[in-house]
Amino acid sequence: MATTRAGRSWGPAALGALGILGFLATWEVLPLTGLVDPRYLPPASEVLAELGAQFLSAGFWLAVWQTVRAWFLGLLIAAVAAIVLGLVIGTSAVLRRATHTTIEFLRPIPSVALIPLAVLLFGVQLESTLLLVVYASFWQILIQVLYGVADVDTVAQNTARSFGLGRFARVRYVTWPTALPYVITGLRLGAAVALILAVTAQLVIGSPGLGREIALAQSGGAVSAMYAFVLTTGLLGVLINMAMRVLERRALAWHSSVRGEVAV
Amino acid sequence: MRLVKNLGYALGLPVLLILLWWGYTLVSSNFYVPEPGEFVTTFADVWFGERFFDDVLPSIGRLLAGLVLSILLGVVAGLVIGSVRWLRSLLEPVLEFFRAIPPPVLVPVLMLLIGVNDQMKVVVIVLGSVWPVLLNTIEGVRSVDPVMTETARSYGIDGWSRFVHLVIPAAGPQMMAGIRQALSIGLILMVISEMFASSSGLGFTIVQFQRSFAIPEMWSGIAVLGLIGVVLSFVFQRVERKVLAWYRGLKEVENAG
Repeated sequence: MATTRAGRSWGPAALGALGILGFLATWEVLPLTGLVDPRYLPPASEVLAELGAQFLSAGFWLAVWQTVRAWFLGLLIAAVAAIVLGLVIGTSAVLRRATHTTIEFLRPIPSVALIPLAVLLFGVQLESTLLLVVYASFWQILIQVLYGVADVDTVAQNTARSFGLGRFARVRYVTWPTALPYVITGLRLGAAVALILAVTAQLVIGSPGLGREIALAQSGGAVSAMYAFVLTTGLLGVLINMAMRVLERRALAWHSSVRGEVAV
Repeated sequence: MRLVKNLGYALGLPVLLILLWWGYTLVSSNFYVPEPGEFVTTFADVWFGERFFDDVLPSIGRLLAGLVLSILLGVVAGLVIGSVRWLRSLLEPVLEFFRAIPPPVLVPVLMLLIGVNDQMKVVVIVLGSVWPVLLNTIEGVRSVDPVMTETARSYGIDGWSRFVHLVIPAAGPQMMAGIRQALSIGLILMVISEMFASSSGLGFTIVQFQRSFAIPEMWSGIAVLGLIGVVLSFVFQRVERKVLAWYRGLKEVENAG
């Protein structure tokens, strides 16, 4: 996908930039025309100026850091747990059948349902954010790991066995490379969900981070600051998506030609 | 015999987990962990009554309204944007940015713009769950097999029937993937919008229980949310299997070959 896009001229990029400018212009004009109350939607220039001012404040970067830290730690814990459990469950037919119903039941439970529990157990700490982030992204990754392990070629598996590879070596040299593209897809999906839940927890529970800043700005009537923080979460989301794409390309450089986009 | 074995696999672990839970409550009395029996009676008391009509049904109604709107909006806009190349290039970066915004931050924004009411909650759900549908539909339309496009053109299939017979089926698997993401985001937003700004609804009720330390009631609320999630995903899987039956068949043939 990347190559075909780069292959085309600069046309799409210029149009995209034009689209962003158009969006900003609409946002600038809308409050001025009075269609939207400017007290509730300040013009784009005002919000961008506020965002610029925020870039110079230490509190802003602290909130960004707290959000990124919760996102990263949560994703890391979820990824390690999901990959280990996925490999263990996926490589055993008995375990796979025995856990199927439980996984299918637990997976669709919305992680925000755990908010009251998180508040009771951890209060307004990093841990309550982590609980939600880990729960939400764990299932995304686990499911992909299970798909990936199920995708292992039987011939390759049997060949490895007849060459005398032990269980661990088979997982390392046969199962893992097959499952890796799925793992990366799971990580990409999990990363997006993790950011949503990190900000949500901060917003609703009040644990430190960008989400809490949004809630504080809103209740304090600092409307343009609120929009500046919302923009920041969006920028963070774009950065994370881009980083995950780079990771995907790096980790699957040997493989990406084979692999179409996995439908999820 | 086979049936018994399948049943054992399906129910073994859940039963084991419930037994563990029960055993745990027998040996220790953790304030946060209600006994299974107590949990079941609380569940029945709390949710099988007027609360079902006052809180649960309106929440589900808002969720479904929001989901239907965002699927319609996402699919229609996605088909249009996906078919027109310059429009796609123009809008894609802006749309990607909107998708990257964690949707729950829209709750405080829309509280300002619309106020606290039912419309606001539906709009929150729509604004959160429309992006995966929209962007996946665009991507699906974009990646229609060029051979099929050319074939359709040389047979003179265009306009409406081109959409119905070529574009929509070809983009179907991608669309369904987007809709699945939209379901879980919609459910999250239903809960968040009620936790943040409401005096009724599931999210509000559960937070109320938590604040008053009504622990078994809180757990029963969490269970209700879980059940809604499970039912939604079950219904979706059924629909997906129906709609994409041809696609599954095709994949099986391709994989076997």
